[in-house]
Amino acid sequence: MATTPPLVVRASPLRRLQKELFGSRLDGLISIALLAALLAAGLGFFRWALFQAQWAVLSANSTLFAVGRYPVEQQWRLWLLTTLLALATGFSWGLLRAFPGSGAVRALWPRNDRWAAAILAVLALWRPMALQLTLAIQVRWWGIAGLLLLARWAAGRYGPAIPQACRRLIPLLWPLLYLVGMVLISGGLGLVQVPPSEWGGLLLTVLMATFAILLCFPLGVLLALGRRSELPLLRWGSVIYIEFIRGAPLITLLFLGQNILGFLLPGGLAPDRVWRAAWVLTFFAAAYVAEAVRSGLVAVPAGQLEAARSLGLPVPLALVHVVLPQALRVALPATVGQFITLLQDTTLLSLIGLLDLLGTARTVMANPMFLGKNAEVYLVLAILFWSCCAALGLGSRALETRLNPHSPSAPQA
Amino acid sequence: MTSRSEVTPWWRNRRYLPWLVQGAVALVIGVVVAFLLTNLLLNLTARGLLLSWSWLGQPAGFDLAETILPFDASLPYWRAMLAGLVNTLRVVIAGLVGATVLGTLIGTASFSSNGLLRRLARVYVEVIRNIPLLLQLIFWYFVVFLALPNGRDALQLPGLVLAKSGLFLGSPELVDGVWQAPLRFTVEFGALLTGLVVYTAAFIAEVVRGGIASVPKGQWEAATSLGFPPLLTLRRIVLPQALRVIVPGLNSQYISLAKNSSLAVACGFTDLYSVSETTLNQTGRAIEVMLILLGSYLVIDLVISALMNGLNGLVQLRER
Repeated sequence: MATTPPLVVRASPLRRLQKELFGSRLDGLISIALLAALLAAGLGFFRWALFQAQWAVLSANSTLFAVGRYPVEQQWRLWLLTTLLALATGFSWGLLRAFPGSGAVRALWPRNDRWAAAILAVLALWRPMALQLTLAIQVRWWGIAGLLLLARWAAGRYGPAIPQACRRLIPLLWPLLYLVGMVLISGGLGLVQVPPSEWGGLLLTVLMATFAILLCFPLGVLLALGRRSELPLLRWGSVIYIEFIRGAPLITLLFLGQNILGFLLPGGLAPDRVWRAAWVLTFFAAAYVAEAVRSGLVAVPAGQLEAARSLGLPVPLALVHVVLPQALRVALPATVGQFITLLQDTTLLSLIGLLDLLGTARTVMANPMFLGKNAEVYLVLAILFWSCCAALGLGSRALETRLNPHSPSAPQA
Repeated sequence: MTSRSEVTPWWRNRRYLPWLVQGAVALVIGVVVAFLLTNLLLNLTARGLLLSWSWLGQPAGFDLAETILPFDASLPYWRAMLAGLVNTLRVVIAGLVGATVLGTLIGTASFSSNGLLRRLARVYVEVIRNIPLLLQLIFWYFVVFLALPNGRDALQLPGLVLAKSGLFLGSPELVDGVWQAPLRFTVEFGALLTGLVVYTAAFIAEVVRGGIASVPKGQWEAATSLGFPPLLTLRRIVLPQALRVIVPGLNSQYISLAKNSSLAVACGFTDLYSVSETTLNQTGRAIEVMLILLGSYLVIDLVISALMNGLNGLVQLRER
């Protein structure tokens, strides 16, 4: 039964604006002061961005920022990987639209998608030009964006024709692509090896973040289950681990990884510095994810596990099929929050001498040619990080409504 | 249909199962720890770095840019680390106060009747939370504080001068082109403190907003209908109830701030971590330095937690 929406009398936009900004005399004064401050700040910023800032530092170092010191003759592998990623993204995007939740209307190009496609096209046309890349590279970016949109269209148009049996296998595309990507980046299987010390910039940041996010999640779930276990050894082991990690700043743990891991393993077995940092990030984030998942586990009534046990399900199966699906849904926002923190924490790699995005920026700043161009570079990095983190947050909220059994767009079981 | 034995096999017996699982886990943990410790001992013996604390008494041989405790290169390592710890504590305490004040202001601003102020508070939180703290610290240090003018061009207010050489309080005077004042803070300290306060305030604002939002609207309305003016309503009716939600949330933000202060090394402030890094590089005493470092942060965290738990006991509802 649908409830009647409350009757709302909508005032005209101008009238509402007046009420919002000039409701009382004090509000009016605050509004005028804020508007003046915003105007001054905006004007000052535009004057700086258009007339004073020298953006050449970005275009001159664009390759360094993108991939670090990755060998030039091997960069075709990264272009291939980007193309594959674009195809997979377009394909998945199209399929999501081809099979929407039951409440949503199926359309080939809903309004949001038209906006997204337009923004993507503008970015693909304008960004390479603004960075003054060579024409060959500009054309590549146009091609990649075009392929993405083509895959999006094809999957949206012909997706429903894929037989049910094949459709279940499609999500496996992503882990497969991740493995292919690792081989393409690091070499092996007939490709020239590129050691991790030559990875850098955005490539290293994305690689570290995805690696740590993918591995810390299962670890975190295990730790959270361990902390709620009835077996004292598992419980205390998990508690000690989680509290130890959460009590220490990440930078000291990264430092520990760089300086002590060599002592803990037999000579020659210790991994490369980049991988040491990656593992430290993973084990660090696992403790925080464990706490997020635990908050979800607390929300599942004890009766759920008891009911599953009384139906004859062994504990591991009851956990996997009954408790975890409910707990993870509750824990989703907090978990994604931890992933966002993890993405931000990859900047700390620059403090232990790795050349991630921020580390690359710091080496570029040290070059006398670009002295004093701090504001330009750090502003662009801030925008980049902000967009990635905000996108993750938005994605998490969208997934939350999709998974919520009470929301109208939830898929019916 | 296959025949099933009536007797449960011993490895599925509920009496032994927990012990079996724990035994297996203990075995794995034990083997891993033993393996790591053996390697540690072998490697340390090979390099002559077995656990020892006597090096703490040797002269440090490096200088610290900024200390409250008097320090010079001839003093021992433990004095250097103590000076670093005091610097950490200084920035943590100042940061806690600043972030709490700014965070509370922004958190309450999101309940303003002024739409613009409300939205700006949201924008502040969304912008600051989604940019890495390290990037913000570097921005404050290199773009803002190091670009300050020096000498006669410095920012001057009555009793306060902000220049590239630092923040001068009291009655600053320009002596031979150099500012002098009874109270001086370096720009390194200023950048770190500003960065930490601005970043943590965004999280505290969310905690405060959540706390105030948790107080039912009827409480406001009831107080207003009894003739309470708005500020008094906030102080006597809403805040005491909101604090019950706010204080536990503040605890974790305060601990984050204390841990985040270790990023001081990015803006050249000599805190505990930065002194430890120098010490480790000079002495090679990795294990001892890490123990001191981790132990110190653990103690700071525990002290903050204990204080906040005490505060929590004060604000929670006392039932008779």
